[in-house]
Amino acid sequence: MARYILKRILYMIPTLIGVAVIVFLMLRVVPGDIVELKLRGDGAAVSQETIEAERTRLGLNKPMLEQFTDWMIGLVTLDLGKSMWTEKPVVDEIAVRFGLTIQVAIMATILAVLIALPLGTISALYKDTLLDHAIRIFTIGGLAVPSFWLGMIIILALLYYFQWLPPVTYTPIYVDPLTNISQLIWPALAVAYRYSAVLTRMVRSSIIEVMLEDYIRTARAKGVFERVVIARHALRNAMLPAITVLGLEFAFLIGGLVVTEQVFNLNGLGRLFVQAVSFNDFTLTQAIVMLIAVVFIVTNLVVDILYALLDPRIRYGAK
Amino acid sequence: MAVADASATLPAVAKSRRPSIVVDFARAQPLSAVALLFVIVIALAGIFADVLAPYDAFAIDFGNMLAPPSADHWFGTDNFGRDIFSRILFGARTAVTIGVMSSLLGCVIGGIIGVVSGYFSGRFDFIMQRFIDVMLSFPIIVLAVVVVAMLGRNLVFGVDVNLIIAIAIPIIPKVARVVRASALSVREMPYIDAARAAGYGHMRIIFRHMVPNVFAPFIILFAAFVAQAILLEASLSFLGLGVTEPTPAWGLMLSGNAADFYREAPWMIIFPGLAISVTVFAFNLFGDGLRDYLDPKFKL
Repeated sequence: MARYILKRILYMIPTLIGVAVIVFLMLRVVPGDIVELKLRGDGAAVSQETIEAERTRLGLNKPMLEQFTDWMIGLVTLDLGKSMWTEKPVVDEIAVRFGLTIQVAIMATILAVLIALPLGTISALYKDTLLDHAIRIFTIGGLAVPSFWLGMIIILALLYYFQWLPPVTYTPIYVDPLTNISQLIWPALAVAYRYSAVLTRMVRSSIIEVMLEDYIRTARAKGVFERVVIARHALRNAMLPAITVLGLEFAFLIGGLVVTEQVFNLNGLGRLFVQAVSFNDFTLTQAIVMLIAVVFIVTNLVVDILYALLDPRIRYGAK
Repeated sequence: MAVADASATLPAVAKSRRPSIVVDFARAQPLSAVALLFVIVIALAGIFADVLAPYDAFAIDFGNMLAPPSADHWFGTDNFGRDIFSRILFGARTAVTIGVMSSLLGCVIGGIIGVVSGYFSGRFDFIMQRFIDVMLSFPIIVLAVVVVAMLGRNLVFGVDVNLIIAIAIPIIPKVARVVRASALSVREMPYIDAARAAGYGHMRIIFRHMVPNVFAPFIILFAAFVAQAILLEASLSFLGLGVTEPTPAWGLMLSGNAADFYREAPWMIIFPGLAISVTVFAFNLFGDGLRDYLDPKFKL
């Protein structure tokens, strides 16, 4: 098992290097840079020398290769430079917001699992009944409703019934956990709908598949209660494919948050990302994109390891 | 005479035995056929928006600001007094144009990469697959946001070509991966061996023998990604990075100051979002049915 984990971690390294290269190249193809926007953005007359001086100060005039080695060394030593706009260290800018986004992402994941497990199971056990069709419509809806609009509708409903508006500042969880959760549950719910829909479909189809297995028939023949057959034999085995989806959809979740954070005034990573992109803030943008990709890659690594832990067939198959 | 009669009735008989593909699809997947009908209605609404719209979608009317839905203004008016129903019709044009074009672009490029990669396998395939691994590590919206910021705007006939490219790029690796898997199994078919034995060039084998045989997954992917592209366009426009004012787009109608009117004009928020959801829903439902109809074992 240790060998398997080690192998998977080593496989991750070339992908990470590739991601770093792509992130760097993507931003250097941009025609304009931050200096124009920063100094001439409000129509001020600024001489070309000042612009060039600023470029040199920010390291934009260095040869491409040198900028690239700086970026790679920075990644390894976790010194990602300063934001070109606010002049604060990138790591600090991100650290302030990362916690919030991860918290909402984790809450959304928990919500999605809580919604998807019962719905998927019911849908599978009552296959082709009215109940199943209703759940199916619910899940296709999850793939169609944009999370940011769902967020707006949630706000609209809360405003109508409880006179609630998204707070201007969110209470950190270590100050008052209850207030914090009551504030963040709504954006989490908005992004969790799609997540739960995808998961429900997966749980449904894998339970239907598992129910046809021999060991289910054996369990029934032994006289095991149907309830136990489902909980112990069917659900456990059906969980495996669902866990894979959990990892893959995590990327969508982070993506959904980029947009949904705007709706709830959440000062998270997604908002910072959109700001950084609009300002052509290279150092900040590349750090955030890199971070999101790393989170995605690591999540999928964890999912794969989890999968191997839960299913010995994978472990032994991949000697 | 008798012979002529028989030959005259023959085609008719043959026709009744083999219904057209549309009828056959409708029989096999009635729900999806309804969805297809809906998709066609949305597309037509977009095409004929000029004729169908009851009001000028661009006309600002401060006397009629924030009017609630009524017989005159079905979906109410926005903070500039513009008729929301008319703007949603024009928004359909934007959504369907960008959705179809970016999905097509992404699927064609991704499809070609997938087929070529699957056909040659070996080192070329290995490098392509690592590259695709890297591209798949970015959530699609993150990739699209960066690309759209990178390229800027480039209007051709009122359509932002760079926006289409930005939405197509995240689609490419996903399509390439799936099409490659089908191409790998097609490559092992005897007719490919036969073509090779006959001395055909790689180009001819790829385009004449491989491509037609991976067409079913291609069509399925295309339908699925139209829905995703429409969602992505709405998200980008919502962030202010996609379609810009005054062009009516559903995501754009929800962005910016729409959120200032939660209390005064909820219809400004409800209807554009419904338009996005219903359209994407219809495309997804149609795509699902198409998948079951063309290739039931296919997994996206």
